[in-house]
Amino acid sequence: MKRKVTVVLLIFFGFILQTTIFRQFAIASIAPNLLLILTVSFGFMRGKREGLWIGFLCGLFMDLSMGELMGINSLIYACIGYVNGFCYHIFYDEDIRMPIVCVAASDLAYGAASYAFLFLLRGRLDILYYLRRIIIPEMLYTLMITILLYRLLYRVNKWLEKTE
Amino acid sequence: MKKKTNESIKSKYLLMFVMAVCVVLIFLTFTTDLESGPLKQVAQTVITPVQNGFNRVGSWILDKGVYFQDSATIYEENQILKEKVSELTAENTQLLQNQDELERLRDLYDLDRQYQDYPKIGARIIAKGSGNWFNLFTINKGSDDGIQVDNNVIADGGLVGIVTEVGKNWATVRAICDDYSNVSAMVSTTSDICIVSGNLTLLDEGKLEMSKLIDSENKVSVGAKVVTSHVSEKYLPGILIGYISDISSDSNQLTKSGYITPVVDFKHLQEVLVITKLKETGNSQLEETQNETATPDETAGSESEGTEE
Repeated sequence: MKRKVTVVLLIFFGFILQTTIFRQFAIASIAPNLLLILTVSFGFMRGKREGLWIGFLCGLFMDLSMGELMGINSLIYACIGYVNGFCYHIFYDEDIRMPIVCVAASDLAYGAASYAFLFLLRGRLDILYYLRRIIIPEMLYTLMITILLYRLLYRVNKWLEKTE
Repeated sequence: MKKKTNESIKSKYLLMFVMAVCVVLIFLTFTTDLESGPLKQVAQTVITPVQNGFNRVGSWILDKGVYFQDSATIYEENQILKEKVSELTAENTQLLQNQDELERLRDLYDLDRQYQDYPKIGARIIAKGSGNWFNLFTINKGSDDGIQVDNNVIADGGLVGIVTEVGKNWATVRAICDDYSNVSAMVSTTSDICIVSGNLTLLDEGKLEMSKLIDSENKVSVGAKVVTSHVSEKYLPGILIGYISDISSDSNQLTKSGYITPVVDFKHLQEVLVITKLKETGNSQLEETQNETATPDETAGSESEGTEE
């Protein structure tokens, strides 16, 4: 119960920050993807199932604020959470390299999926532009935030596990 | 070991279940009008006050950042601004005279002045869309203040976008520079109709795409003013969009396309004005369905109605 409340609160405030303050501090119109960090971190700290649910919830929040097609972000995030759950047994400590690799790969996948579903299908073919201007800058910015945020998420998870 | 495989099969089923739910959701929103579903209404009503608070904190920090800027640049800027002020004061007195003259002439000609008289309401932008792919934002006024879906949004004297969704105390606005946006526009000097659409690839230039301009007399040139057209379904006529910055003939030699520099600075938008009056096409459509037989009369009637306003 405590875990659920904490995670939902984390997602809620992650979403609020992502749509307000981080948007105001956007670098070259690009803002980092906090909800993706949450999904990925909990995916490999807690396993496939929780990654799936947390991803789904994060995606739902994204859908609520974008509203182009309800469910599209939920689908992408749920899959990302699930796939990151496969790394659950391989590595799980305070080492920061692995989460960085995971976040980078996941954000690229997220960017590619968004582009494919929402732009490519409408005939926007200039994939290199979108890669160079949107996907990769978003990934780099998100990585920067990951470095700052991962320790905190790790502590939160440790604390939750201890109290359980 | 057996338990573990069981577990992973279970989570596989769970994945499939969640994916199925998502796909059903996508189809539902794609085929029906479920966008402002109850879930969204409830969620946004809760989220809006929190976003409002966080947005204020962000603005405050940004303001402080500007405050501590290098004083030399501020001094320089001040000098330039002072010059500008005197320049503008002179210009303003001139314009005031012109305004008086215009007013008199308007009274003489009895021209309608509807474009200045739209009921407007000010609103603050409290959040932007969560992804980097779209140009949507949320404002802190909603149906309580008389905002409806398809209301036009303006700022800096130009068109910003259109309201796509409305809740009690919030509304979502799609900017005209969004990749999904299409506006029916016209060149104000020649009244030639064209389409103005946003494109994410023009993010850095800050321009809008213009296409399907029919300019048979070859009179439209760079710098021409582009406003919303009379034939648009959702946009009120005569709202300034921007100025043509580039124009070229299409390969079919019939239409032209190019780019428009908008008058609105989309990157630094904080407050907007919402025009709480809808374009009156819905009413005429209703009338049309009521007496379908009299279609020719009806179109003539609605046309004269349009020119009267």
